[in-house]
Amino acid sequence: MIRILLFAHLQEAIGESELSVELSDYSVGQIKDWMEKQYPQLSLQKMMTAVNEEFATDDMVVRDGDTLAFIPPISGG
Amino acid sequence: MMNASLFEIVDKPIDIEEVRRKVESRNAGAITVFIGTVREFTKGKKTLHLEYQAYPDMAIKMFEQISKEIQERWPEVKVAITHRVGHLKISDVAVAIAVSSSHRKVAYMANEYAIDRIKQIVPIWKKEFWEDGTEWIGDQLENVPYPKGTPPIKKGELS
Repeated sequence: MIRILLFAHLQEAIGESELSVELSDYSVGQIKDWMEKQYPQLSLQKMMTAVNEEFATDDMVVRDGDTLAFIPPISGG
Repeated sequence: MMNASLFEIVDKPIDIEEVRRKVESRNAGAITVFIGTVREFTKGKKTLHLEYQAYPDMAIKMFEQISKEIQERWPEVKVAITHRVGHLKISDVAVAIAVSSSHRKVAYMANEYAIDRIKQIVPIWKKEFWEDGTEWIGDQLENVPYPKGTPPIKKGELS
């Protein structure tokens, strides 16, 4: 199982802030594709991601127990 | 207060004096305190209030990363950052950054470096509430934010 975190407009678009999915050993890019199939209202291809709280690239593989967060363009400060 | 964390995400009003106190040092000759506040008008559009959301665990890690980058440039400085989340009114304090240094020039430069980096790498989002709607704001810098897919996390000058 991996944990997926959603923030800001992504969270509102699907009505969930967190998902648990059986996508261990898939790459970040593959998980983006899967998410877009499940939730056609999302557009994730250029979205930043973090695995276990570190910025990640699409080729990174997500392992069992990892947390994958989608990070929309930030606007803090 | 001795063990208070230097980097915090809070859902209550920020105590600016407490943030300043965290960087006190007998070697400091200057402390700069930057306070980011909620602005009413942006490009002529009136904000009623804001909502900030954070990915807290990662935000704290990124604050630590920024502090590390600052200490690579200016080893003598001490940095504390507190960012608020939740519902904020006009003029409320959204972020406070305190930097102490032996001399003022470095305290100013390091503080500006910190806020610039917060806007690049710290996962915090604001939602604007206007009279005619709402929107999560992104890409405030109005450029392609991360050409390499991830923000630049290393030494090197800011663009």
